[in-house]
Amino acid sequence: MIVAEQKPLEEIRRMIAPYERVLILGCGTCMTVCDAGGEREVSFLHNALRLAQTRSGNGSHTFSEYTVKRQCDLEFLDLIVDRVGDVDAILSLGCGIGVQAIAERFPDIPALPGVNTSFMGASKEWGVWDERCAACGDCRLAETAGICPITRCTKGILNGPCAGTKNGKCEANKDMDCAWILIYKRLERLGQLEKMRRYYPPRNFRAIPRPKRIVSKASIGVGENDG
Amino acid sequence: MANSLFEEKLYSNEFLVTTEIGPPKGVDTSEMVHHIDLLKDKVDAINVTDNQSSVMRFPSLGGCLLVKERGGEPIFQVTCRDRNRLAIQADLLLAYSRGIRNVLCLTGDSIDVGDHKEAKPVFDLDSVQLLRMIKTMESGKDMGSNELKGAPQFCLGASVHPEADFIEPQLIKFEKKVAAGAQFFQTQGIFDLGSLRRFMQYASQFNVKILAGIIVLASARMAQYMNNNVPGIIVSQATIDELSTAEKGKGLQKGIEIAVRLIKTIREENLCHGVHIMAVGNEKIVPDILEVAQPVGMHP
Repeated sequence: MIVAEQKPLEEIRRMIAPYERVLILGCGTCMTVCDAGGEREVSFLHNALRLAQTRSGNGSHTFSEYTVKRQCDLEFLDLIVDRVGDVDAILSLGCGIGVQAIAERFPDIPALPGVNTSFMGASKEWGVWDERCAACGDCRLAETAGICPITRCTKGILNGPCAGTKNGKCEANKDMDCAWILIYKRLERLGQLEKMRRYYPPRNFRAIPRPKRIVSKASIGVGENDG
Repeated sequence: MANSLFEEKLYSNEFLVTTEIGPPKGVDTSEMVHHIDLLKDKVDAINVTDNQSSVMRFPSLGGCLLVKERGGEPIFQVTCRDRNRLAIQADLLLAYSRGIRNVLCLTGDSIDVGDHKEAKPVFDLDSVQLLRMIKTMESGKDMGSNELKGAPQFCLGASVHPEADFIEPQLIKFEKKVAAGAQFFQTQGIFDLGSLRRFMQYASQFNVKILAGIIVLASARMAQYMNNNVPGIIVSQATIDELSTAEKGKGLQKGIEIAVRLIKTIREENLCHGVHIMAVGNEKIVPDILEVAQPVGMHP
């Protein structure tokens, strides 16, 4: 899933300053799971912004709040047409994809990001998320024992560890596991160390040209039948 | 025919001595030039580091040009951290055209250990891919399979870490570097000759030259600092203990003593093909080390 962190309150206050009526819009999918922008965080932020306004004595915002199932699907945004008719800005607690979907769906309303979208990852333990996928468009996990060196090695290198690994940790961060040591150990366990002995050529950074687009094979099929 | 003076020596069975200099942060190259003049006739080649420890400096290529100008034999250190495949290939073309023929291929330290922590880490290539890319260039093609108007020919080196605390994956990578065309290896700092012996027992099956990395430490504190902060360095506790026996202000002297002892033993026991002396900021003491390390029969 996509993992994000809510922006600092002061940054959000500066961002919304020019707008009077602000809709705080949560997202019911990834942002809810990573505690950055679900219904609960929308409500907390709403209270925090109101309180900050009262305390500081400046600002005359009126806030409303709502959470859609998924901000990144235009069909869910269709459901809030009535709620955005009288707002001056939408403060989205969705990821960057959600903010852009709002901008696309409501071309006359400023869309503001309330979170910093961080990475695609998984929950390690309660309240801790780790990055797991860089969406490189050319998955090699079969060769690296299901551990991604592009994402989990700070250098993203493909032919084994650098010399900076110590105690199984990364030279960039002593708390972070060296991905290549993890890969080695798991390949050894699986009896597949020959995969590490292979040469891997440089990455193709245009495996999918940026900005990336995927057209579903199924829709192509339908199109062809129609033609 | 050898591609460089250094390559010629590489296959002469002489005991090889290389050293390295770190370029300055700024345009005042006088101290670097002084070090080049001091070292150029006493060693077989001088490495010039490439934004070492991810600290921005005068470039490796510029330093190599200065070594050439002063009549020395440079080894161009190339890391993959700051330049993509276009930039590295272009730099290699320039290097070749100006007589720089020895290249040490490195992945490069992480951006996080340096002084520009917010910079974009490039790592378009890794050290193995860099070696292969240069072999491709030597065959007359660039990495996009386009014809080169004049192909360069280099003498290629790489690094290896015989004292890594988990050696097996390092050895796999070493073999990939050998297969990719590395002719010589300058090791990370060696402090425990036992690990060098073990490594050489294994490495002698490959047709490559191994130069043991000798780091000249100036104090026990410096050793501890390097252990904690410099990637790829594991100073043994025995070395740290020995350094801490030095009287105040005599740390560097003790460090030199240790370096000389290592070099002498390596030479006498014929442990590997040469040494690579890294004086980390104390380049001026390298001639003294070589002087004292005689009679090693390096350069009488």
